Amino acid sequence: MTAHAAVAPEKLLAAPDQASQREISAEIGELHAQLRRREQAGESIRPTVFDFPAYRSSILRHPTKNLRLVDPETVELFSPAFGQRDVAAIESDLTVQHAGQPLGERTIVSGRVTDSWGRPVANQLVEIWQANSAGRYIHQRDQHPAPLDPNFTGAGRAITDEAGEYTFVTIKPGPYPWKNHANAWRPAHIHFSVFGSSFTQRLVTQMYFPGDPLFALDPIFNTIWRPQDRDSLIGVYDHDLTSPEWATGYRFDIVVDGPDATWFEPENEGE
Amino acid sequence: MAVPDRTLRPTPGQTVGPFFAYGVEYDRMHQVVDPYAPGAVLLAGTVLDGAGAPVPDAFVEIFGADTDGRVPRARGAFRRDDHTFTGFGRAFTTDDGRFEFFTRNPGAAPGRAAFFAAIVYARGLPDRLHTRIYLPENAAALAADPLLSALAPGERATLVAERTAEGHLRHDIRLQGENETVFLAF
Repeated sequence: MTAHAAVAPEKLLAAPDQASQREISAEIGELHAQLRRREQAGESIRPTVFDFPAYRSSILRHPTKNLRLVDPETVELFSPAFGQRDVAAIESDLTVQHAGQPLGERTIVSGRVTDSWGRPVANQLVEIWQANSAGRYIHQRDQHPAPLDPNFTGAGRAITDEAGEYTFVTIKPGPYPWKNHANAWRPAHIHFSVFGSSFTQRLVTQMYFPGDPLFALDPIFNTIWRPQDRDSLIGVYDHDLTSPEWATGYRFDIVVDGPDATWFEPENEGE
Repeated sequence: MAVPDRTLRPTPGQTVGPFFAYGVEYDRMHQVVDPYAPGAVLLAGTVLDGAGAPVPDAFVEIFGADTDGRVPRARGAFRRDDHTFTGFGRAFTTDDGRFEFFTRNPGAAPGRAAFFAAIVYARGLPDRLHTRIYLPENAAALAADPLLSALAPGERATLVAERTAEGHLRHDIRLQGENETVFLAF
């Protein structure tokens, strides 16, 4: 058994020091500057850094050693197989899961999942979850005193088609206050969980909306330290995807990463 | 055949945050097999932080070969039918940081050591972490494993599960600190 008594998870949400936004922003700037210096000195630094103390809850939860580079074994080059059997078509429309229509800006989010060579990731699972238009999650531990929407849960699933395309219909989420520091607000975002063609390509990320004034202030967004990598998480408004008299449209393409071995079709050694 | 240059920049990962439960939960997600099916083993452990405290808002995914070493290709990991082995499971940690799976002992690929591929996600963890959970049996295969044999004994121990007297598997995951689990990049 562990030496520590378990603590109710909601008690862990508030960082003990409650720094000001000014202090957190200064920390983010300093961390990014350090990372740039390390890269200039020849170090290879991954796009999302684990050790990013401005995101306070990461302090005791990030690994301190470098990830161990390893050649994937057979099982890691396959991915769990999903299909239409696993997900009903209706699960990709988050606006029709209840008796009435949810409040907020109806939005179509669509994109293509590919590998880094541009090949489609077909027949794979995409899961999303998000706050409602008022910035409230339906999760029982969310204590933000914004209204729940009885017509919106905020969870969806889709299976990519042969071209790797997925589409969700949802409501644009609101910004969300959290307790990383005093007056901390997260930019509006949708959580994405994506399975690649290989377990090594598994990706969980967040999609943002263009022009959000909270980008520079947010320690989670800024755990991605290069501006061009952060930009890749911002959905692109697409007027061709916008549907007349009905919904705005955003495009969010996703590129799953994988080692060179994922270029080849894996051979099932067990067969 | 040479691998061509990559043309697209990979999408970076982000934390799952605190409120993933309603987004990624599904029925019997931790039951890769029925708990009462012949050959079912319990794979259980605790996710711990750098202070040794349990992490109550994490989840773990496993993907493993079937007992004969074959990698499952069957669909249905999301809609369990109680007879198709898909090899994939997902388990949230409890308030005590504990996760549990019911699954089968994976078989090894020829000449290899048997393991579950595993991924850890948590609030406060900026990106997902890959690791492996090896079965403790077959000392020769473990000694010859390309990853394990390159590790110091202490590091190696963080990747090998313990077999309990009941035949179950026990395996803790330490995100940080003494006996920090070895996490992988490919």
